[in-house]
Formats: sequence, structure tokens, C-alpha cells
Amino acid sequence: MAARSVFPMNQQGVRWTAEQVLALAPDAASRKTGSRLGTAGPWSEAGSSGSGAVWGLCRGSGRTPYRTVVDTAGGSPAYKCSCPSRKFPCKHALGLLLLWAADEPVVKDGEAPDWAEEWLAARRAKAAAAAGDTAHPDPKTPDPQAAKRRAEQRAERITLGAAELEQRLSDLLRGGLAAAEPSGYGLWEETARRMVDAQAPGLAARVRELGAVPASGPGWPARLLEECALLHLLDAAWGARERLPEPLAATVRGRVGLTTSAGGPPVRDRWLVLSQYDTPDGKLVTRRVWLYGEESGRTALFLSFGAVGRAPQTSLPMGLTLDAELTFHPNRIRAEIGHQFAAPAPIGSPPPGVDTTEALHAYGDALRDDPWLDSWPVTLHRVIPAPSGAAAWQLIDADAPFALPVEPTALSRPGLWKLAAVSAGAPVTVFGECGHRGFTPLTAWADGSTETVPLTEA
Amino acid sequence: MTSTQCTRTRPATASGAARPGGDAAGCSPQGVAHDQHHDQRTDRHHDQPEGTPVSERSAPEEASRRATDRRAPEADASVASSAAAAAASAVSWEELVTVALLGTDRRTLPQGLAGPAKDAPAALLDAAAHRTVRRRAGLVPAPAAPRPTPAPHDPRPPLPPAARRRLAQLLAGRSASPAAAGGRRGTAPDLTELLPQWLAAANRRRYQAPPALLPAVLDAARARTDLRPQALAFAGVRGLWLAGLNPDWRFALRGGSSGSALPDPDDEAAVRSLWEEGLFAERVGLLTTVRAKDPAAALALLATTWSTERAEDRLMFLDSLRSGLSDADEPFLERALSDRSRNVRTTAAELLSALPGSALAARMATRAATCVSLDRSGRTAGGERVTVEAPHECDADMQRDGVSPTPPAGRGERSWWLGQLVESAPLHTWPSRMGGRTPQEIVALPVSDDWKEELHAAWCRAAVRQRDARWSRALLGAPSAPPAAGPGTSSFAERAKLLAVLPHGERAEWVASFVAAHGLSEAFQLLAVCTVPWSEPLGRAVVDALDIARDAGSYPWSFSGVMGLAERCLDPGEADRLEILTTTPDEQEDASPGAAGYWSEAFQRLVGTLRLRAAMLAELSEPPDRAHPDPVQAAQTAPHPEPAAHPHP
Repeated sequence: MAARSVFPMNQQGVRWTAEQVLALAPDAASRKTGSRLGTAGPWSEAGSSGSGAVWGLCRGSGRTPYRTVVDTAGGSPAYKCSCPSRKFPCKHALGLLLLWAADEPVVKDGEAPDWAEEWLAARRAKAAAAAGDTAHPDPKTPDPQAAKRRAEQRAERITLGAAELEQRLSDLLRGGLAAAEPSGYGLWEETARRMVDAQAPGLAARVRELGAVPASGPGWPARLLEECALLHLLDAAWGARERLPEPLAATVRGRVGLTTSAGGPPVRDRWLVLSQYDTPDGKLVTRRVWLYGEESGRTALFLSFGAVGRAPQTSLPMGLTLDAELTFHPNRIRAEIGHQFAAPAPIGSPPPGVDTTEALHAYGDALRDDPWLDSWPVTLHRVIPAPSGAAAWQLIDADAPFALPVEPTALSRPGLWKLAAVSAGAPVTVFGECGHRGFTPLTAWADGSTETVPLTEA
Repeated sequence: MTSTQCTRTRPATASGAARPGGDAAGCSPQGVAHDQHHDQRTDRHHDQPEGTPVSERSAPEEASRRATDRRAPEADASVASSAAAAAASAVSWEELVTVALLGTDRRTLPQGLAGPAKDAPAALLDAAAHRTVRRRAGLVPAPAAPRPTPAPHDPRPPLPPAARRRLAQLLAGRSASPAAAGGRRGTAPDLTELLPQWLAAANRRRYQAPPALLPAVLDAARARTDLRPQALAFAGVRGLWLAGLNPDWRFALRGGSSGSALPDPDDEAAVRSLWEEGLFAERVGLLTTVRAKDPAAALALLATTWSTERAEDRLMFLDSLRSGLSDADEPFLERALSDRSRNVRTTAAELLSALPGSALAARMATRAATCVSLDRSGRTAGGERVTVEAPHECDADMQRDGVSPTPPAGRGERSWWLGQLVESAPLHTWPSRMGGRTPQEIVALPVSDDWKEELHAAWCRAAVRQRDARWSRALLGAPSAPPAAGPGTSSFAERAKLLAVLPHGERAEWVASFVAAHGLSEAFQLLAVCTVPWSEPLGRAVVDALDIARDAGSYPWSFSGVMGLAERCLDPGEADRLEILTTTPDEQEDASPGAAGYWSEAFQRLVGTLRLRAAMLAELSEPPDRAHPDPVQAAQTAPHPEPAAHPHP
């Protein structure tokens, strides 16, 4: 679970947009029902305070209205509602935030009523205490000897798991990929479970993905061979991890599935929130937030997780910049958000971008540190999205005869049409993930515009 | 850059089966990542042996194959490679895939891969890993496809920020229809139903559609045909450009609703050339545009090619003459009565009969007059009456004038012919035929032998077709009269059409009186033809009727149709007056259980929707984005007066 970021309480004047509010919805149904409650009709005694609290009474089907209160201060809003819904945030909280976002007159400025203030005060006290904790490292660090012993045991298990996996790959290639195709998914599913038992979730996830390759259309044997080979490479690298230089060894540990933690000196910068999107991942929802540091030029990935039906807690305001400290994981891309120094501010300009050739260079360079990377975050400057043949799109350099194909799975997403609409045949700036399967556009800016258009919403 | 891994060679100690190792040459992560300098032309993925699936390479791969390593990586070539890696790269990727597909038990490894220190699968995977990472690291861009033609510039100003947010909200709520959500509508406004009004208001103010919302606007228009004209006008040239790229939005390219690619109707040469060379849809659009500007010019344009058009095209073109129809069209239409196609003839006859001064109308008047006359013989017995003698045959002349000889199943021939004659005869023939009576007096006359229904129905159709307000008024009768006993027709659909002929104010007044007298249960279709927002008396009548229905103890969903209309059509200014109805009164003894609560909910939704509409319109009236004042826009938009609100069904 990602550490909860701590933000200062003074968030006056930063009102979210309806899009940001709707991004908090745990599922499509909540988004719809929440939208319908985002009107003055059912609400009474609604208000908001300068410290970022929003509250209101929402008339439902019962006799007593629901009491809804949201604390928007900080990057991770907190909700409380007296309704029985198990969705989180519930539709009432979403509706209330929509009202607030639209600056509806029914939401009056003022002081929170007692029922809301009680919860707000308790919550903020807790947050302050947590902030104190992170400042002073946890005093009750577990016995380092025991921790070391546990880590060694786990490494042994992983080594056994890797050997078992290596054996499976070996058997597979002895018999041939063609022979394995019919048994396909079940075989890999079982192997994946074995890797989970071996406490190597990274291996398990890769193995599970192998199961889908034979159904991925023409050319699957080549793709399956590629993925098997990379898995083999990872097995081999795990075995050799003690002889690898440290950054690479850390990458290998991370890829195998050992948890890494952020460390090192925090990097303070004005971090532009480039993109935020959720991907379902078994019983979890993984939220990825891409950040770009205006001064450092670094790109950072902030991950948070939520159970299905519950949006991950942290939602960062897309298209705004956070003056904040980030601490990075050993892979130097994943980061945790630390102290935030000021309220989010509008962006001055999109991040500087590169052309398609440099984008692929960037991916190629990144493979040096992590050959298992499928893609790399890149901002393309002055590219034109255009269809290239049946069911294929390209991002074409405005000033050169080169192009990147759009990643096949991005072709069926509504974001592609948004991108086309924003561009309308003219060059745009596009942030996305550039990899060996093509480019996945995530965010766009029209030429000369600072309006951040997310391409990842449903 | 470290080279320790890259230069490591195969370990002498590695044993065959249980290899813990990862330090095999070319297999270490760094080794492969750096080893990008080899000639990629050996990576042939084509020329595969028979029986193996042809691998479909993605464009970057194509590019990488084509490239002769344009990208000389920073990796120093002299440092990187080991002997095994070099050997591996001599083997083509296709060979590796083929061996993998068939299995190393069946296929021996190519020369250079097999070694005594490793088993075959591991050697194969080593080589493949090396190849994979090298390929990925060495990708170069694909050659660019042809660039798209940029969309034309949309000169309209951008929406004010609040209006933009509202549109996003309305579009997001689009698919959440309350019926699909499980019945009860709750107290929240139905955003879907407000989209048409929003679009109409935005178009009246000539705002540009926000590009990022265009896909959602087009999707909305795709799902609802009634939204299309407004949605496409709003989407504008950029929307049309976008629709050209997505087959789902093909509908946007059809018909003249777009009007964007069409030349200025004053540009004669351009009009002429598009008319002669354009696609059918473009030509229909062109004809409609020219007709709206100059009806005679459209007719002249059509006449230039009329004889060479296909029958179905002639029918469509003829149909576009419906707007701006005048006596000047008569000669052309009269000629079309001899058209080869029966459908064209029928349409021409219908258009001519809408011109009461036309020769066809006169011929029809003569025919109809022989069938319908005033019988004065019973004057002493019980007053005068109308007698009807339906035609006995449908001769060739009648058929040429558009009378269809064959009735639909279940209708008698003679009454079918009669109906067509009367509906096509100009209404002004009747007062003189009926002893100088006014339309009111004529429809009040008794009719012999059960012909009344047939005759009045035909008159109704004639009144609608000829847009005759006096006859419409007469046929509608007094709004307070019971619907079944009134003159004209008891069909509410027909009555709604008659109402649409009346001026807006009179229409609203008539419906208000109707609602006051009969309540709401039958008023839906009539209300739907009233102008939005409803006039004050009409709004009051509807609200009073709803209030009465509540007091009567019925459930609000019996009136859900009217409630929905009221939400969309009441003047938003009424919200405050309605607020009082949103309270839940104590349950009355004779009321349906729980009804009071549901009514209060329904009124809450009504008030909420009215407030939302008021907010919506206010947002659109805000000055557009202050950051980009555009004097050209101001100059262009200023001279256009605001058109009247369109009635929204």
C-alpha cells in the first residue's frame, strides 16, 4: 500500500474540476449516480470552509437526510457519509463534490456544523500524528536479525521458484510452442500459482501474461518466444543478482516481486501531474500517476492501490503542478510523494517534448537499466495523430517523415478519438508511454495551449 | 557504463540441467541491452518456413529491420559483445522462432547456438533474449503515413468555462437513463433530457464545441437521431472532419444537416459545379441550402438536370422543395405529375395540393365538390345536413393527380378515394358550397350516413397540409368540450398537428384551457407541440393540474410523461413558485400509500431541473473565455438576431 501523502491544510481557492471529482468514482455506476446528485435539488445545509471541508445534507429515500462530509485538503480526500452504501466514495460524496466543483450557490461558505466538524477534527489530528511519524522513523523497528533471516528464507523460496519456472520453460521449448498452445491458459495459470507460492509475485504476473499471448493474433509464436526469453533472462539474472552491479540488481529484485521502498534524498520540484489512470489487476485496482518535474526534468511514477469497487485513495489534480518533495524507489522512476509546500497551481506550459526518433532512443536507453521494460514515459512534441491503414494509427513528426505507431490496445479506447479531435490534423504535444509495441497516448495539449486533456477517461 | 557483465564469457563450470546460472554470455541483462550495434538486417522475420504462422511485425519492428542501424547506440561497440552473442546474432530470428515453435526435441539448434555446456532450450532462450532486447533497444520510427488534411478553422468563440463543465456533465450522464437505472427517477434531474436544450442554446449563441468533448457529442448524436441536427451544428467543421475518420460517426456525413462543406449559395459557379459533380448527399444539402436562401434559384438549379436524375434521387430532390413552397413552383410540379415514377407523381400532387391556388387544387376541388354537398331538403325536419356521395371509380385523371387507387387493407375503396379528394381540395371551396357558412358552422353541421368521421378527418389533413389556421381552429373545437364529442377528430396525434398550425400564443392558450378542463391524462401530445418555454398561463395550468392530481391521491408516475415535459418546458423562472410543492404533506386517508412522498420527490426533481436549466442558460450567457477576446467573432456574431426558441418535443 502506498504511503498516504500528507499535504498542508491551507487549500483555499483550489476548487476541483468536475473531471477530477468524477475520477474519484470507484466505478462507472457511481459516476453516473454521483452525477445525478450533483445538482442543488436534494441538498440542503450544504457548505464549504476555507480549510477544504465540504459538507451537506442529502435527501434520499428515507426520512432523515444523509450527512455527507468530505475533506478535500491534501492529495487524498477523505469521505464520511451516513448512507449505508459500501461504495467508497459513495454517490452522495461525489454529488456533493460536483456541486462544490460547479460553485453552486447551494454550497455556502462558512464554518462546518458540529456533526461535520467532529469528524474533520479527528481526521486532521490523525493526519498530523501520521506526519509526525514519518518525520521520526518508526521507533519500534523489528529485530534486524529476524528481518534478515526472513529475507534470506524468502530469497531461497524465490530461487527454488525460479528454478522450477526455468524447468517449465525448458520443457516448453523442448516440446515446442505449437504443442503447448492447446493447453495454453491453464498451464500458465498453474505455473503462476506456483510462483505466488514461491513468493515471487513479479514472476507470477509475467507468467500469467504468457497465457494470453497465444490468443493475441497472428505472430504470437514470435511474441511468446520473446516473453519466454525475457522470463528466462529474469530467472538467470535472479540467480546472478549478487554479481550484478547494484542498480541493476535492485531492478531484478523489483521485477521478481520483492517490494522496494523509497529512499534517498527527497527531490523538491514543481511536479506537473501529467496523467492518472487506473488498471484492474486481479482483485486490486492500480492507479498510476505520472509526474514531471519542471526543474529536474525527471519523470516520476506514483502508484496507489485500491480494492475493486474502491477507488485508490490518492487522486492528484491532473494538469496542475504540485510544489512537493518526492522520494524515489531504487528503480529511479517510481516515487512516493512527501511534503507538499503549496497548494496545486495551474501549469505554465506542457513539459518539453522530443520527436519520435528521440522517444525511441529514450526507451532504448532505459532498457539498459531495465531490459524488461515494456515502455518508457515520453512527451512527444509537435506530432500529428493520423490513421495509417485499416485499424492503425500513427503519431507523425510534424517536421520529419517519421512516425510512431499507436499501441494496438490503445486503438480501441475513446482517448484516441479525443486525441484526434484535439489535434484536428494539426501538431499537438502528447505525453504517453513509448515502447516496443508502439506509443500509448495518455495526455494531450493542443499546440500553444496549456489545457491538459486526459486521454485515459472512460 | 559498465562492461563487467558484457565481457563475461560462458562459465566453464556450468553444469547441464540444473543451471542456477544467469551469467551465461549474452544473457545478462546488461550485456544484451548494450549489444545493439549488430547489423539488424539479419533479423528477417519473413521468409519463414512453411507451416509456421507468419509473424506480423509491428511498425517499429519494420522500421528497425529497414534501418541499417541508423541509431548507433552510445554503447561502445568495441566493449560489448561476447563470442556467443556474436554467434547468436548470425542466426536469423525466424530460425529461432521456428525451432521454438516445433521444439528443440524435433529441430536441432542452428549452428553456433548449440554448445556442450548448455541444454538446447536454455541456449535457444539465451539467444532469443539477446535478440529481443537488442531489437527493442534499436527501434527506429516507422515511415510516416500520409498526413491528414487539417480540419478547417472554426471561427466561433470557445465556451465559457462553466458552460464547458456543464456540457461535460450532461454528456457523462447521457448513458445513465433512469429507466435503465431501475425504475424510480428519484429527485435528481434527468441530465439526458437537457442536452437538446443545451445544444440549442449554445448554437443560438454560436459557440464552438470544445475539441476534447467532440467524440462524446458525436456519440450522443449517434445514439439519438433527434439530437443530430443540433449536435452536428454544434460540432461544426471540426466535428465533421473527425466524423470522417470514424465509421461509427458516418451519419454525420450524410444529408445536408452539416452544411459545412457547401459553397456559399451566392457563389453561382461553385454551386453549379457541386450540383453537377457532387455526391448525392452533398447535392441534397446544396439544394436545401439554396432553397432556404432563394427558392426560385433552387428550382432553376433542379430543373437543369431534372430529366437525367434517377427516380429515387428525383423523389428526394422534390421533397426538398417542401420548404419555401409557393405558387412559383406550380409549373414545375405540374410537369412532375407526368413523371415516370409513381412516387414522384404522388409527391408532386401532394405539394400541389398544399398550394390552394394551383390547377391541381382546382381540379381536386371540382371532384370533391361532386362528392360532398349541402342537403337543404330536411330544413324543416331537423335542419340542414351534409351529404356525401363517395366516388364510384378512380379514373386515370384522378390517378395522374396523385390519387392512389388501391386502399390499404381494411378500408373500402370509395371512402379511401373520398378521403384523398377532400384532403387535396382547397379548404376555401367549402364555405361557398355550404351556403356561406364559416368553417366553425360547417364542422358543426350534421353529416349523413356515418360519413362524418371520414369527412372531418380529411378536412383535418387538409387544414394541416394547407396550414389553414381558421379551419384548424374550427376542427379543434372548444378546448373545454369533451375530446370524444368535439368536431374534427378525437385523435390526439391529429389534434396536435392541427394545434401546430395555430400561432404560438393561441396554441398555448388552447392547451391551457384543455388542461384546465380535462386534466393531464390526455394532454401529453398536445403539450409537446407548445413552444418552449411554456407561456405563463400554460405553465400555471399544468402545475395546477399536477397539484390537483396529487390531491386526488394518485401516484406521480401516472403523470411521468407530463412531468418530464414540464421539467424541460416550464419557464425556469417558475422554480421559486413551485418550491412550496416540494414539501411532503401528511398522508391523506384516501390517498394511495406513500404517494405524498413520491409527489414531493417528483416536485423536487421538477424544481431542481428548472434551476439547472436556469443555471445552464446563465452559464452560456457569460462572456466567453476572457483570456482570448476575439474581435472578429464579436463582429460576426453581433448582427445575427437570436432566432426564436424551437419547440422541443
